[in-house]
Amino acid sequence: MKYRIGEFEEIVLLTVGILEDEAYGVNIKNDIKTRLDRKVSVGALQAALRRMEKKGYLTSQQGDSTSKRGGRPKLFFRLTALGHSALAYSRETRNRLWDAMPPPAFPQLKLS
Amino acid sequence: MQEQPSHSPPKLALRLFSWFCNPAYHTDIEGDLMEHFEDNVEEEGLKKARILFFLDVLLLFRPGIIRPLLSRTPFKHPTMIQHHLKISWRQLIKNRGYSFLNISGLAMGMAVVVLISLWVWDELSYNKNHENYDRIARVMINQTIDGDIQTSWSAPKQFAPALREGYESNFKYISTTSHFTGRALIVGDKTIGRSGMFVEADMPEMLSLNMLSGTRKGLDDPYAILISKSTAKALFAEENPINQTIKLTTDDLLKVIGVYADMPDNSSFSRAHFFGSWKLFEQWQPEWVGWGNRWFRAYVQLADNVDLEKTSATIKDVTLNNLSEQEGARLNPEIFLHPMSKWHLKSDFENGMVVGGRIKFVWLYGTIGFFVLILACINFINLSTARAEKRAKEIGVRKALGSLRTQLISQFFSEALLVTGIAFVLSVLLVALLMPFFNEVSGKEISNWWSNPVFWLFGVGFTILTGIFASTYPALYLSSFRPVKVLKGSIQSGRRASIPRKFMVTLQFTVSITLIIGTMVVYQQIQFAKGLPLGYDQSNLLSTYISDKITEKYPVFREELLQTDVVEEVGKSETFITQTYINNSGFDWEGKDPGLTEQFFTMRMSHEFGKTIGWEIVQGRDFSKEFASDSTGFVINEAAVDYLGFDDPIGKQIKWGENGYYHIIGVVKNMITQSPYRPTPQMIYFLDYDRSDVVTLKLKSDADVATALPKIEAIFKKFDPVRPFNFQFMDESYLTKFRGEERIGKLAGFFTILALLISCLGLLGMIAFVAERRTKEIGIRKVLGASVFGLWQLLTKEFIVLVLIAGMIAIPLSYNYMSKWLENYEYHVSLSASVFIWALGGAILITLLTVSLHAVRAALANPVKSLRTDS
Repeated sequence: MKYRIGEFEEIVLLTVGILEDEAYGVNIKNDIKTRLDRKVSVGALQAALRRMEKKGYLTSQQGDSTSKRGGRPKLFFRLTALGHSALAYSRETRNRLWDAMPPPAFPQLKLS
Repeated sequence: MQEQPSHSPPKLALRLFSWFCNPAYHTDIEGDLMEHFEDNVEEEGLKKARILFFLDVLLLFRPGIIRPLLSRTPFKHPTMIQHHLKISWRQLIKNRGYSFLNISGLAMGMAVVVLISLWVWDELSYNKNHENYDRIARVMINQTIDGDIQTSWSAPKQFAPALREGYESNFKYISTTSHFTGRALIVGDKTIGRSGMFVEADMPEMLSLNMLSGTRKGLDDPYAILISKSTAKALFAEENPINQTIKLTTDDLLKVIGVYADMPDNSSFSRAHFFGSWKLFEQWQPEWVGWGNRWFRAYVQLADNVDLEKTSATIKDVTLNNLSEQEGARLNPEIFLHPMSKWHLKSDFENGMVVGGRIKFVWLYGTIGFFVLILACINFINLSTARAEKRAKEIGVRKALGSLRTQLISQFFSEALLVTGIAFVLSVLLVALLMPFFNEVSGKEISNWWSNPVFWLFGVGFTILTGIFASTYPALYLSSFRPVKVLKGSIQSGRRASIPRKFMVTLQFTVSITLIIGTMVVYQQIQFAKGLPLGYDQSNLLSTYISDKITEKYPVFREELLQTDVVEEVGKSETFITQTYINNSGFDWEGKDPGLTEQFFTMRMSHEFGKTIGWEIVQGRDFSKEFASDSTGFVINEAAVDYLGFDDPIGKQIKWGENGYYHIIGVVKNMITQSPYRPTPQMIYFLDYDRSDVVTLKLKSDADVATALPKIEAIFKKFDPVRPFNFQFMDESYLTKFRGEERIGKLAGFFTILALLISCLGLLGMIAFVAERRTKEIGIRKVLGASVFGLWQLLTKEFIVLVLIAGMIAIPLSYNYMSKWLENYEYHVSLSASVFIWALGGAILITLLTVSLHAVRAALANPVKSLRTDS
């Protein structure tokens, strides 16, 4: 089975996985910001989340709401088994590629 | 329960978001947005947070978040569409008559619109094949003659060098060119005639000629030539034309350096089948050609980032600064640039300013197309609402079973789209069928329109628009029925309900009658102009250009022609008698107003030319070989007598610049030698055998043209074996003057017939509906003793009244418009009442016929049958 996930999608999936039961829109966004120092727009994030939900890497469940949200419920995402193996696959392919790469050929860098 | 947040995000952004967001995602993303907003308020302050909120909403506008385009339409439920289509199809089949009227009316209307759009598209894309379309301009000149500014398109040969010297930075390319000129191109023993131009090396670059082989650079060599693909094919067949030699009748040998793709018909240069070198053409011109001899043309391409208007203003005095008083500086010549984008559609000048041009036809036909389409849509609307009662029960049942109004509306929309879709397919077939005819009438060469994806894109879009436009009112009207009332059977579309229908029938006939009147007036004007007395005899008159070879031996040539038993007379002149556009000034005479900047049209001719064309001398005498002094004689026309202000012109002297004194020997009756719509201008005829290279032959009235022409051609060939014998009959040449008007007339006639047909189809549907609804009434009336005639009257009266009202609106409307149109012509028919009476009478007659088709049948029906049915 082939998994095709992009770099940003991978980050979002991983963050959802890290956050476990607390993975909803704003939290994911903030987490990416604190961990990776990367600003993500609501639009980009939501589009990625919905796309991966459609692909089956994520499931979602409505949760509670707060006054801050104007009474709108939170939508919590969870990594599915498929999502997990997609991440694993992506990690493994990278590793394989890294392993296959010869040491850098820059003359001034001396690797012993 | 929930505490309101202290600040609220911008309402507008929220509304925008809920408008475009997929409803399934809406609430929770909105929640995220708001939470994020609150965070931002704390961190960044309210103002910035609001801006960020907006930004976030905008960034959410992306696929994946936006609601699916069709989510609200029935397309979400394929079964529903299937159902709608099935029901629509059954409706169409069940009411074959109505469907036929509906679809054929719409198809005709759409065909007209498609034709007109293709025409307009063709007009608007004129010259756009040239890459530098928006930077090319031609040089034109304004001169003040007799107080008004006359604009002409001509330039002296010194013009381009002057621009190059003084204003080089403004232009990328500059070229003096010849006019389009017909030349015989000779290769071996093959000779073909082609029109082309002699241009400077810049010109092929300016026009971005699409070279198929060879190069477009190199016209600096006087003996180089570029030819079009079709010319190459005609001359060299399959051989490689590059470096081949073409001979001209002047015995110059030209080397082919390039072959370019023929330019499309909607290019101003489509007639250019070869480009020769200006340097060669210049050699053929007399040495003395100066700033005053504007015999040529000049084109420029502006440098990038140079403004046309400003450049035009900078160079305006170039000619003036170089002219002597004698050469016409007193005419205050002003140069200006006319951009390529305006050549075709905006090239009518008045007082030196652009006042329009063909663009008015684009508007005229566009308007007609729009109205014809409206007529067709009206049919659709009328027929659908008229049948409302029939469908009322269906609507009632649907509503009772829980249909929403929106669902009903979408049902009617899909019905309309089905009908317009079928109509569009038919209209495309119709257009394909009519195209050859349309091309002929409009003088266009539109082809391959179906292979253009833009056409189909527009076509489909336009079909959907028409469908929606035509079905909005019926859909809203039909879906508004209250089920209880409808199912009880108490729906009565009384007088009120039929008012919109009556209004629309009136509108249809207003348009139709206006078109009928317009067409009739155009035809009357053409007939009027054709019937004007010519002043000479056109029958059996033919003219052709001759080369120097014939001019040199002209007397012998003429004798030989006369000796064939088919030629009655032969004359020589400067131009064709139908095109006497050569003008001259510098005349002086006794009693001339010193302030007058005079201008005469002049014609050089041989002694016999007048006799050949059969002109009528009203005073004095014709040129005669018995009077040697006739070499300085003038024959003038009646208009010239008025212009000169002589009471007794014969024998009066006129001084013509350095040419010296001439005397008037005769006055000839005014002849129509230019536009038949304007008064004949002042003309002077005088003898000159050198500079007149048109020969005109009068065939004997009993000569058979088919046998006469070979005899004549043989003599032409004997004197000039090279030049092809191309001649023109003068009566045919004269008729070309009416082509523009005839074109309008034919197109208007064509559209009128279609508009009338569409209106009649609508009428047919209406009367059928009325008769059907009143079946019982008619039955009862018959039983009670009404006559067939009385019943017919009852049914038709209503429609006749509508047509009469339409006539009352159409007549003043068309009077206004057509009298304005006629003002374009100085000689025109007067609008007579009979046109309006005929048009209105015709419309009433057609209405009566259409309506009677059905009315008589209804009136003749057996009342027993109509009364026995119960419902």
